[in-house]
Amino acid sequence: MQKVFERPKSLTDLDFSYCPGCAHSIVHRMIAETIDELEIVGDTVGICPVGCAVFMYDYMTCDMIEAAHGRAPAVATGLKRMLPDMIVWTYQGDGDLASIGAAEIIHAAARGENISVIFINNATYGMTGGQMAPTTLLGQRSTTCPTGRDAVVNGYPIRVCEMLATLDGPSYIERVAPTSAAGLVKTKKAIKRSFENQIAGRGFALVEILCNCPTQWKMTPIESLKWVDENMVPIFPLGVFVDK
Amino acid sequence: MAARKLMKGNEAICHGAVAGGCDAFFGYPITPQNEIPEKMSVLMPANGGIFVQAESEVSAINMVYGAASAGKRAMTSSSSPGISLKQEGISYIAASELPCVMVNVQRGGPGLGNTQPGQADYFQTIKGGGHGDYKVLTLAPWSVQECYEFMPLAFDLADKYLNPAAILMDAILGQMMEAVDLHGDFHYPKYDKPWAVTGAKGREHNIINSLWIDVNVMEALNERLQAKYRAAQRDEIRCAEYLTEDAELVLVAYGSPARICRTVIDLAREDGLKAGLLRPITLYPFPVPRIAELARNGARFLTVEMSCGQMVEDVKLAVNGATDVSFYGRSGGAVPTPVEILDKVRESFGKPQLCVASKDRRSA
Repeated sequence: MQKVFERPKSLTDLDFSYCPGCAHSIVHRMIAETIDELEIVGDTVGICPVGCAVFMYDYMTCDMIEAAHGRAPAVATGLKRMLPDMIVWTYQGDGDLASIGAAEIIHAAARGENISVIFINNATYGMTGGQMAPTTLLGQRSTTCPTGRDAVVNGYPIRVCEMLATLDGPSYIERVAPTSAAGLVKTKKAIKRSFENQIAGRGFALVEILCNCPTQWKMTPIESLKWVDENMVPIFPLGVFVDK
Repeated sequence: MAARKLMKGNEAICHGAVAGGCDAFFGYPITPQNEIPEKMSVLMPANGGIFVQAESEVSAINMVYGAASAGKRAMTSSSSPGISLKQEGISYIAASELPCVMVNVQRGGPGLGNTQPGQADYFQTIKGGGHGDYKVLTLAPWSVQECYEFMPLAFDLADKYLNPAAILMDAILGQMMEAVDLHGDFHYPKYDKPWAVTGAKGREHNIINSLWIDVNVMEALNERLQAKYRAAQRDEIRCAEYLTEDAELVLVAYGSPARICRTVIDLAREDGLKAGLLRPITLYPFPVPRIAELARNGARFLTVEMSCGQMVEDVKLAVNGATDVSFYGRSGGAVPTPVEILDKVRESFGKPQLCVASKDRRSA
């Protein structure tokens, strides 16, 4: 009998603690598949964030570091400069990367640090209970903007890919949405591309993945995927922003 | 062949870092420590190391965290306000049981303060400036030579205890020039670092982490940290003494004020006053046993600091009510003069003051 689908070797046996329908699980798997396919499990270090993915170090079989909220790009810089042959990647949410860690990601990108950044944008603070994120859409409700995000009070959502694309440091920036079969294929391809870029020594690579958060959005998984396509994609357009 | 060179304390820190096998420096400009990143930007690449000017103090200490995770010897330097910004990272490094060295060339504070010398970061450094129950092993040089000597020692303590180590200086030490013997004659052991994240090849994956949801596991980490600190209190206390054997009054001071106090001891002895100096070299662990012994033998204490009185609390804890502990300090960048301190010594011996009280002078 031929086995056509199995658990990636780069994942431990531990069950994910994510909510049903959450895209974190899918993206974790894609990173693990990428590490398997590139055969780098012994040559890679992942740096996980504060947020729902805080336990990612328990799910991956490669070496892992848990960083303080927003600081993963700085931690990655210190590690990568010490071990330039190590494939170093960070996994960061929108609050982590675009709010408290905005300085760290901008300067890691500006320095062209040869790292891969997997950026999960679900327009909310998932783990702390659904507060307003730097990427929360105008009009979108959260526990800290219960009547919807108002530009006058809360400002506007940040487009990370577009902002970082103004810098000379990045070698590859793409935004994807794993909300359909085609979107899943594109997401996997983009993650793998960000790793390959690093292996080729091209410098800073970032993949922004528009993800759902059924729990904090108070939707079914299917509804939440539709919400990504209908509401997030118009504000955060998909595509390749930098490709060197 | 030892090289004797005239240099600033900040430069000596850099030569000491290289002698101590420093692999990486991450920092951010702030006066009065700028000579350190400037010099390290040249010395690190020249010695096979890495220099990165970070975008902030917060990033610099997190780069140190990343480099230390790789099992390398990493350091950062700053001055008071910048050290405040690093506290989050220091807490994570201590909790993750990683080694690193940080240098604080203290200035006047609080707030933005000024770039004059200060010692008001004692509490922050010694009592744990970040969140949680941790300590930073802290060395206090009093000469440019010691700035050089203490860097390899700091790296050794950090590796030995898997804990952050600090060099607590002040702007005088950082900026003044003295001849330094760059002997390079250090003999510290090498440390295996099987915990480092160097790629999970032929072993289970390593995880650098300070998140422990299970209360029992978290408490066990705290107990492990406290056991290390008890071991450091047993094995690592260092202090220097000057004429303490027959002293009725022992001055306690570290860093630049300790040098001023040494002059004061000579002046006091000329007047027939039996004063001595105890200079803590390790501020953490603090030389509690020796101070307690001197107190038991009947000596009184006068603590002199460039602060409003911080280390004096540790002196009082060590003395534990056995004898009198008094304090003289200047703050906000002001430096105590020998005569000011001598008057305080004379007061302790019931002698008349020689000059107008410093309080009156300041308001004049």
